[in-house]
Amino acid sequence: MINAVGRDIPEEILELTGKEVFHGNHYYDGYEYRKHGPMTRCVINSNGSKLVDSIHDVLVKCGIKDGMTVSFHHHFREGDYIVNMVMEEIHKMGIKDITICASSLGKAHDPIVPYIEDGTITNIQSSGVRGKIGEAISNGKLKGLAIMRSHGGRVRSIVTGETQIDIAFIGAPTCDDYGNCRGIGGKSNCGALSYAMADALHADKVVAITDCLVPFPNFPAHISMTRVDYVVEVDAIGDPAKIATGAAKPTTDQRKLMMADYCTQFVVNSPYFKNGFSYQTGVGGASIASTISLAKEMKKRNVRMRFGVGGLTKPMCDLLINDQVDCLLDTQDFDLDAVESVKDLRHFRISAGQYADPFNKGAVVNKLDFVILAALEVDVNFNCNVVVGSDGMITGAQGGHPDTAAGAKCAIVIAPLLQGRIPAICTEVTTVTTPGESVDVVITDYGIAINPRRQTNCKEDNLSV
Amino acid sequence: MNPNKKRLRRTMMFLNAQKPGLIKDPYIYKPDSIMLDLEDAVAENQKDAARFSLYHALQEIDYRGVERVVRINALDTPYWKEDIRCSVAGGCDAIRIPKTECANDVKLVESAVEYAEREFGRPKGSVLIMAAIESARGVMKALEICEASDRLFGIALSGGDYTKDLQTHITGTGIELMGARQNLVIAARAAGIQCFDTVYTDLDNMEGFRQDVQNIHLMGFDGKSIINPRQISIVHEIYTPSEKDIIFAEKVVTEIDTKKAQGIGVFTVDGKMIDIAFYDGAKRTIELAKTSGVYKGDL
Repeated sequence: MINAVGRDIPEEILELTGKEVFHGNHYYDGYEYRKHGPMTRCVINSNGSKLVDSIHDVLVKCGIKDGMTVSFHHHFREGDYIVNMVMEEIHKMGIKDITICASSLGKAHDPIVPYIEDGTITNIQSSGVRGKIGEAISNGKLKGLAIMRSHGGRVRSIVTGETQIDIAFIGAPTCDDYGNCRGIGGKSNCGALSYAMADALHADKVVAITDCLVPFPNFPAHISMTRVDYVVEVDAIGDPAKIATGAAKPTTDQRKLMMADYCTQFVVNSPYFKNGFSYQTGVGGASIASTISLAKEMKKRNVRMRFGVGGLTKPMCDLLINDQVDCLLDTQDFDLDAVESVKDLRHFRISAGQYADPFNKGAVVNKLDFVILAALEVDVNFNCNVVVGSDGMITGAQGGHPDTAAGAKCAIVIAPLLQGRIPAICTEVTTVTTPGESVDVVITDYGIAINPRRQTNCKEDNLSV
Repeated sequence: MNPNKKRLRRTMMFLNAQKPGLIKDPYIYKPDSIMLDLEDAVAENQKDAARFSLYHALQEIDYRGVERVVRINALDTPYWKEDIRCSVAGGCDAIRIPKTECANDVKLVESAVEYAEREFGRPKGSVLIMAAIESARGVMKALEICEASDRLFGIALSGGDYTKDLQTHITGTGIELMGARQNLVIAARAAGIQCFDTVYTDLDNMEGFRQDVQNIHLMGFDGKSIINPRQISIVHEIYTPSEKDIIFAEKVVTEIDTKKAQGIGVFTVDGKMIDIAFYDGAKRTIELAKTSGVYKGDL
């Protein structure tokens, strides 16, 4: 069946998932539904502790069996140990046909590829995959479906019950024996636990795994004990060196700097750049450079930002330190500066649902003026691909790309004309992850393209761009 | 005379002619000229491959008005004649002679270029020449080199080889280049051609680079050889007349024209004493503002 961006979606997939094809960004605006509620086992006369000795024991207590769905967050990024340690135990127990529902999977999870090959894992739901898992899926080794959802889309899927999580495993930098989890402290300090919040609210069983058990109460808790069934203490939940690295050195690549400069010039000359504007950007070289150059322009033009949102990096936190922004809304922290910034009272952690779920009663992305994004490919219809390489290999993650592009008043995508020897600007992207209707501006090293649809909107709104 | 002989050349960016990734689109950085290098950047056994990629780049890529200069191999190598044939056939704008030491070097290249123009059906005089001075001998012969050919649009100092010949080294202060820089810029001005400064190789010291450019700008150089696009904006910024300079130059030109008609030779503009000696300088400022794309007046 042909979707709103002209792609033919196989009927087989529609039948298997029970989904409709994409009808356009605002197709579900006003849609009403009842949220999925989790199975809850009351803890009334407990012995006062939820501690369980091992991953194995907790899997037994949770009633692990073939065909279950287990979930994970990716706040430890390439330093994560949780996915591998849980899947290794599930594999040892001979359980088959597991669906992994992760907020993202990276190269750190290469060790689970054999479990894909032997049928332990048959379905993967994630915002993207990299490394050997991407290769395994692309080479057809996954027996079931690989579903790539945006960060907001993942929460939507969980709260509607489209994805029913049997057991959520939440890596917690600190946790008490009753399940109060915090993203800060301990040796695996990651700052926020935003992506795990929907899992904690909607999974039937919730297991906190920590390498830093602290006395009760671990307050203020980011994930409350009222949502946690069991707590397991392990030696290490991640490699701190790969969880929150030092701030990325600003790029010296003139091509990226030039694109960043074009981006900033576009932003400051657009009608949305005024006191009280809102802004999000990513962690790519050009995106970080854009934030740095935007900060200079804000200072020069005496313009103040109301809020910055998303995964945070040093340049965003510097806006707070230099009092150029009122507050930051944080979904994850990419470097130590961002983790440190969490202590600032104007730095608020939000859940992935607050951030971007299109099926709640309004997400932060809808209040964005600007979002600066990157892409593997952009086509002449402004459709973006951020997940699949031009060679057909799944090799990236969409994160909040489609959510923010749809929500922001001005979605800017930065992409060089060529990525290595592969055209990034092409006739048709390999896979549409963000529809062209969401993308307003594409900034390349050769110049700027404004989506013709947006030019019409601007005329209607009497705005000059 | 080739109308491009006196074009704006604030930045000449060196690029290895053998590297497709470098030569495919340097124009996006907006240098005034690019220097496609067949000489030092290319290994001995890769000279033919570099010529091949150079020829096709010149033929196929629209460099959007950026001048395409080719640095050929030195005249004591077996490569330079074929380098010229290939460059001229490809459609280059100019040839840079390395290690120029005397007028005869220029004449040799001029003759080969002229031959290649005939061979490949290009108009006579369409390919310009510039000479790089890389030795003490070259510095001492600068004026005869500058006057050796009508095709010669400029000379350039090549600091690396020159300092070796002088038995010193690049210090970053410019002290070791002082004599050569002054000698070359004086010779070039005496011959009515342009003069370009050597590269600045410490890419981590952008402040040092800025200081270096400010110095050579004040010394009278027309521009600088560069090795990274990061350096372009700094050179262009320093070489582009400020709004204040342009307004002052406009006043000087207008006032001199008016006062001349009234028979007044000396007068003041914004409190500064002005006479006819300021006229050419003010005109140059306005011309530079025009070619730099920042002039909004009507002189």
